[in-house]
Amino acid sequence: MTDLALGSNRPLELAERRRFLALRKLAAHRSFKIGLLIVSVLVLAAFIGPWLTGIDPTSMRIRNKFKPPSDQFLMGTDNYGRDVLTRVLYGGQLSLGIGFFVALLSGIAGTIVGVVAGHFRALDAYLMRVMDALLAFPAILVAIGIGAALGPQATSIVVALAVAYVPRTARVVRASTLVIREMEYIEAARVSGASNLRIIVKHILPNCLGPLTVQLTFVFAYAILAEAALSFLGIGPPPPAPSWGNIIAEGRDHAVEAWWIMLFPGIAISLAALGMNLLGDGLRDVLDPRLKIES
Amino acid sequence: MTEAPIVTVRDLVKTFPVRGRPGEPKRTLRAVDRVGFDVLRGETLGLVGESGSGKSTTGRMLVGLISATSGTVELFGHHIAGGAEKGALNKVRSRLQFVFQDPQNSLNPRMRVGDAIAEPLDVAGGLSRQARNDRVQELLELVGLPRSCGDRFPHEFSGGQRQRIGIARALALRPDFIVCDEPVSSLDVSMQAQIVNLLLDLQEQLGLSYLFIAHDLAVVRNISTRVAVMYAGGIVEMAPKRDLYAAPKHPYTQALLAAVPRPVPGRARAPSVAGELPSLIDPPKGCAFHPRCPFAFDRCRIEKPRLNPVEGGHAVACHLHEAGGSGTSAL
Repeated sequence: MTDLALGSNRPLELAERRRFLALRKLAAHRSFKIGLLIVSVLVLAAFIGPWLTGIDPTSMRIRNKFKPPSDQFLMGTDNYGRDVLTRVLYGGQLSLGIGFFVALLSGIAGTIVGVVAGHFRALDAYLMRVMDALLAFPAILVAIGIGAALGPQATSIVVALAVAYVPRTARVVRASTLVIREMEYIEAARVSGASNLRIIVKHILPNCLGPLTVQLTFVFAYAILAEAALSFLGIGPPPPAPSWGNIIAEGRDHAVEAWWIMLFPGIAISLAALGMNLLGDGLRDVLDPRLKIES
Repeated sequence: MTEAPIVTVRDLVKTFPVRGRPGEPKRTLRAVDRVGFDVLRGETLGLVGESGSGKSTTGRMLVGLISATSGTVELFGHHIAGGAEKGALNKVRSRLQFVFQDPQNSLNPRMRVGDAIAEPLDVAGGLSRQARNDRVQELLELVGLPRSCGDRFPHEFSGGQRQRIGIARALALRPDFIVCDEPVSSLDVSMQAQIVNLLLDLQEQLGLSYLFIAHDLAVVRNISTRVAVMYAGGIVEMAPKRDLYAAPKHPYTQALLAAVPRPVPGRARAPSVAGELPSLIDPPKGCAFHPRCPFAFDRCRIEKPRLNPVEGGHAVACHLHEAGGSGTSAL
């Protein structure tokens, strides 16, 4: 038994080290760290910030309208004299919330469609043709269609964007499933009499999780951008409740005289998208061992 | 040898449809062509053949991973192919298992080794947490791994250790019959010997029967009681180990044995058989081996030889060795 090179005196130590290896790799990954920093700052600002400024984002003071950024109004005021900083902070709650729920919903739906298509081959052609049909339209167009049909509410935006991004998630999950189902451990489970449900839950899903997580961070970023685009087109979350998108949309008419109304939410959107993309890149590098890790 | 065999395979056929260009006639690939054999309690039947000879397909049909096109498989008196399959397979499921070739992907990388070993137990159910974990430790010890390593993940183990884990998983439900599909082919030579010895020890301790699939005769020699040689989907020769290695009858077996490297310095290797495995979509008429056979004569090109017993459990599918042509030794 010369192949028993396992040190019996320190097995726990080794096991624990392995378990934290992924975390340590992430901690050493530069773009992941930057992404995480940006995203955490934005999330903290959105959920704690408004509490600190203590101003109602919808309270209007016409006397203060179009004040440029100053000590009193760090990001200036808009045409109704509302504080842009406060609105950007509150807007973050809505925009980040929409991003999160779109990622969550399209993640759940896409995983179900992808696993079913990949595992039950007879259904593959039907499901994936539907996904292809959805994918044939630009995601934003699908979202406009659904969003317009459901009416201007935050929830309808979430549903519309989730539907628009389901095909991408489904394709990623299906691709992983197709690889995993050929593995011998799936056959081993079958020989033991495991049901399809057990095979999916115990073997396929855990092995899809890496690519899925990566995909969902990108969906999160796209959703924030798409929310802005929809708001700009007038089918975003309805005013006066602020979202990053509708602050920009409302500032559009005053872009020349009051550039600050559009600039600051624009920066927030860019930062959020950048942060999520960096985060996703880092996760992909660490979760996919085939790609080399840049330090 | 009066005991009834635990595995009986008769006329087993598996064809796969081949997707051609649209408009072309549908074609089929005949992966396994009328294979028949028995496995007795406590014995090991070695199944040898080149890649694509149908040996793995045969093994997978025995455990229900692939459904047979026609023919019968009878396990412990239950027909699992060619009849009411699903129910019958579940009845014998716990008594048969499979050991896979590639230890790299026969274990789920995200599943703890202990859970992988316990999978057959978990699926079968009816065991308390404690009893289950005790059984896992017992199995680890049985295959020569530390009892404590059930908490670890597969990537922490070497190829040989993973193969031990695969064997432990196969043993979980105390099966009677295990199909080993090239269990040592992806291991280095010293590890091969260890795994073969482990399988032999387990056979002795637990009274197991094996169908041991391999692509080279040297590995099979150590473990088998009897050996069957497959070529292009069919069994061409089947004999007790000693007979097969001492007096191979089929020209293909002779060529395979000549190709086994021997540690004799200075002696030139016998030339191996020329040519390649024939197409299984469009197999040669008559004997599948005739295009490569140095002794082929007219009959071989027309008539397919059947597997005929020649003497003392030795059977060969070759016109040279049929009752009429007895004594025409190819040697």
